[in-house]
Amino acid sequence: MSNVHIMTGNMAAALGAKLCQVQVVAAYPITPQTSVTETLSQYVESGELKAEYIRVESEHSALTVCVSASTVGARAFTSTSSQGLLYMHEQIHWAAGSRLPIVMCCVNRGVGAPWTIFNDQQDSISQRDTGWIQIYCRDNQEIIDSVIQGYRIAEAVYVPVMVCYDGFVMSHTMMPVDVPDAELVANYLPAYKPHTTLSPESPRNINPVLFPWRRANSEGVMCDGYMEMRFKLQKALDDSREVIKSTNRSFVETFGRDHGGMLWHYKTEDAELILTGMGSVANEATAAVDELREEGFKVGVIGIRVFRPFPRDEIRDAFKRAKALIVLEKAISYGNEGALCNELKGAFYGTDIRVPMHNYVVGLGGRDVKAREIAEAVRASVEAIAKGDTEPKPIWLNCFTETE
Amino acid sequence: MPENLFKVNIEEYMLPGQRACQGCGLSLAYRYVLKALRESTILTLPACCLTVLHGLYPTTSVAIPALNCTFASTAASASGLVAGLNALNKTDITVVAIAGDGGTYDIGIQALSGAVERGTDFIFVCYDNEAYMNTGTQRSSATPVGAVTTTTPVMTKQQPKKDMLRIMEAHDLPYLATTSPAYPIDLYDKFVKAKRIKGPRYVQIAVPCPPGWGYAPKDTVRLGRLAVETGVVVLFEIENGKFRFTGRSKTLAEKGHRTPVIHYVERQGRFKKMNLEQLGQFQRWVDTRWNEYLKKAEG
Amino acid sequence: MKKKDTNISAMATPAVGEAGRTGDWRDMKPVIDKSKCIPSLKKKSACFLCWLYCPEGVISTSIPVRIDYDYCKGCGICAEECPAKAITMVHEGEEIHE
Repeated sequence: MSNVHIMTGNMAAALGAKLCQVQVVAAYPITPQTSVTETLSQYVESGELKAEYIRVESEHSALTVCVSASTVGARAFTSTSSQGLLYMHEQIHWAAGSRLPIVMCCVNRGVGAPWTIFNDQQDSISQRDTGWIQIYCRDNQEIIDSVIQGYRIAEAVYVPVMVCYDGFVMSHTMMPVDVPDAELVANYLPAYKPHTTLSPESPRNINPVLFPWRRANSEGVMCDGYMEMRFKLQKALDDSREVIKSTNRSFVETFGRDHGGMLWHYKTEDAELILTGMGSVANEATAAVDELREEGFKVGVIGIRVFRPFPRDEIRDAFKRAKALIVLEKAISYGNEGALCNELKGAFYGTDIRVPMHNYVVGLGGRDVKAREIAEAVRASVEAIAKGDTEPKPIWLNCFTETE
Repeated sequence: MPENLFKVNIEEYMLPGQRACQGCGLSLAYRYVLKALRESTILTLPACCLTVLHGLYPTTSVAIPALNCTFASTAASASGLVAGLNALNKTDITVVAIAGDGGTYDIGIQALSGAVERGTDFIFVCYDNEAYMNTGTQRSSATPVGAVTTTTPVMTKQQPKKDMLRIMEAHDLPYLATTSPAYPIDLYDKFVKAKRIKGPRYVQIAVPCPPGWGYAPKDTVRLGRLAVETGVVVLFEIENGKFRFTGRSKTLAEKGHRTPVIHYVERQGRFKKMNLEQLGQFQRWVDTRWNEYLKKAEG
Repeated sequence: MKKKDTNISAMATPAVGEAGRTGDWRDMKPVIDKSKCIPSLKKKSACFLCWLYCPEGVISTSIPVRIDYDYCKGCGICAEECPAKAITMVHEGEEIHE
């Protein structure tokens, strides 16, 4: 029974949070995420969503509110972009280390300096070491579905989930979205059972200082040092791979839509040349693939949906027949190369996958990335590879790079 | 004259063998803060001396539930606790944020102002030992003029103490009070009262610190009393905009004479480089504020 | 009894002596002279200012007043505040035993 409406990505995110019956929402404005919080305030103030809506005075406080609310057992949500995400950076680490199942939308926007209000993925990419699960959505349908899946995953493994989607390109673009039935969502999400105890009956001091070494408690039980506690976070991220995949399977069963779990494929069955990326740029690449296939290129797209935990095994399997890779990225790890490109190379270490890889830095600060431009880049790369240029420095697409 | 202390809750929530310094003013104050707040409380605290007093994993010295948070976020952490508890219909628990002067006047001021402005139903406690003590006595905006700290080692603090009480008063909150561990019953009573009031409440504790201020641990209570006798610390409460002196400050306002601040200053190593001009400045600062409070008490 | 730390985040449990036996920190210890101590003299609840002002909470409101020397840090506030001058700070090992 479909319930399709056209809506922006921000609307889809807010609707997703509402369907998940979030209990605490922290709100702070920042372009291009603001309408997520505005829509949620409409829901709360009109009574459609019963939640505590906290109009905090900064993003740092927004995530802090989610942390303490989640600690006492409330399902918490916030969303932000760019500078806001950066401002709450210490809290992002804190939330993961606290093992709290918060879901946060990051509406991808480039970071200053200098200022940009437009889309790229530097903001969320720069958070990849914090211990959050990161999902990159390709369209607005996936946004609403990933928020819902996000809570199921987060509350199963006690790791916070960042649902990322491209600012303006998706946040402000209307697309058809089949809105899941509220009751189905309510049944799909079990009640949140916090592992944290903050009750007068059983007082605990949560997240105090830990020693470098293990230390016995008053009953003689050997308790964790800092390293053990942090190892548990890493282990949870490792364990979350299976949970992410099984969540996707149960989502397919309940709602009939498959976003691919960790990765998705487009025309890869016989593909020799693979384009890869995250979010809307990977989606745009499918249009480039259609164009290139007309010309006889055996090309396909593998979209990386889950960037953290990094789907190493799935990547090794998906890319094993590729003869060349074009990695399209809306971010760069300055001083090195694109983060995705570098991590793909890391995944291939120890395997027989040794293919030419061209890393394209694209669309920073909202520069438009058209399918035909991707197709042009692919043709140029194919030629370059044929001439032996298998691993150039990152190529900045449609960017004036002459410095003299 | 010993006050009537038999009404005080005899339960000790701060367990012996904790990590605070010998003679710590915070330690003494905290005993009474916890006695007044009792079990139906959730505390939240940032990185500060209190974190150390609360103890290192896996043991804590405090038998009240507590959530540690980052330095800047104490009042926001409290906001989230209140929001979460409200969402879960657990409204019989008092949320108390407690931070040092650094975590209140400086890095914590943004979140504090926000939480109070939103009318958050919580108590914010600032224990003011007048410097970043946990990291070894660096200057904060709460440090008084003329004090040596590790970041004002030669020149001493140039600016007068930030008037945080006036800043909090400007938020028009239902309850604001000052307290001192040298007057534990006055402190206890104010926390008992604060617990019963709804909305944002701000209570400041003037905490002497032996290593940071440079005096012998045995003199903590004595020095705390002297602070009040000189008017450096004024014991008062402002309830719904109405100002009222309390305790020893009330007596001084009605009929006493304040001791000159030099008697307070000369007992502390941190003021050994204070020059005469700064001493004069300090005395004038104390006098001005005292006279303002006298006017407030009348009106 | 669980042998390992099953917490997935750090939650500490309350217990005495988190910092160890803090009585070891002292070089001077407070000794109460029962012949001067007001509650002991009056044989009823009175004064107890030492209990009031102890930052550690290791003094009891009992008769005679008792100090928990395992955790007393020897700050000397009790001796300073005692109105009857019944408490003296003495070096460890030098106190006169009755």
